[in-house]
Amino acid sequence: MAKIVVDVMLKPEILDPQGTAVGAALPRLGFTFAKSVRQGKRFEIEIDGEATAEQLAQVEKAAETLLANPVIENFTVRVEK
Amino acid sequence: MKVGVVTFPGTLDDRDAARAVRFAGAQAISLWHGDEDLHGVDAVILPGGFSYGDYLRCGAISRFAPVMQTIIKRANEGMPLLGICNGFQVLCEAHLLPGALTRNHELHFLCRDQKISIENTTSAWTSSYTQGQEIVIPLKNGEGSFQCDDATLASLENEGRIIARYVGENPNGSRNLIAGITNARGNVVGLMPHPEHAIDTLTGPTADGLGFFTSLLHSMVNK
Repeated sequence: MAKIVVDVMLKPEILDPQGTAVGAALPRLGFTFAKSVRQGKRFEIEIDGEATAEQLAQVEKAAETLLANPVIENFTVRVEK
Repeated sequence: MKVGVVTFPGTLDDRDAARAVRFAGAQAISLWHGDEDLHGVDAVILPGGFSYGDYLRCGAISRFAPVMQTIIKRANEGMPLLGICNGFQVLCEAHLLPGALTRNHELHFLCRDQKISIENTTSAWTSSYTQGQEIVIPLKNGEGSFQCDDATLASLENEGRIIARYVGENPNGSRNLIAGITNARGNVVGLMPHPEHAIDTLTGPTADGLGFFTSLLHSMVNK
């Protein structure tokens, strides 16, 4: 069994009010390290057997079609060891 | 004339949309998300609500519903199609309209009577208005901030495809105060505020929204 991870993030130029709100909450709790915060989504997809190039291509296609909206979001697909 | 009103799981405003259609003088036909047959309708409205619980992204799952496959095909052939609020989000996810609707810039869910100006009176859904006419209709959403890249924004502006803009302070961070847009052909319109909630002063803040529905009748009769 392998796990394929798709990370989805808003494109850098798209306003992220949720990330901004989290970024504003951190210093209130004493965490002063953050210059900025952006919030995204992570999908964990389990498959039987090893992840083949063909399966990864299908996940890539699914990410482009459904998991992410390419108008406002970027995504990456990787196999988690 | 028959106007279809789609119900997805989680749709809220289908009854008000159907009532607005009847108020304007057409017949409202309920369409079910799981049925790809449009039952002979001449136009379709995608009403507001929280289809599929807004899971993943607003409109992202509804866009693949069986009924949408026929609607997308017919809209590309010229059928008038209006998406209100969640319906606008579905139209963007379906790539019938450019851009996307994202979280309001202040993160708050807004529910208020909103002044907008009608910027394009040539679309199938706005011909009853005059250019620059200011109307007041309800705005109620959490993800109404219209976003797109600079090139798309420039083409929307240059081609006169911005249907309506917010008047006064920007309520949600939409680029260029965009409240609604249309496609190049003018048959598909997406609108964030709700004209179907403002068709008479007994039940709404104004009767200003009725024009979207009477526009459709005029555009169909004059076709």
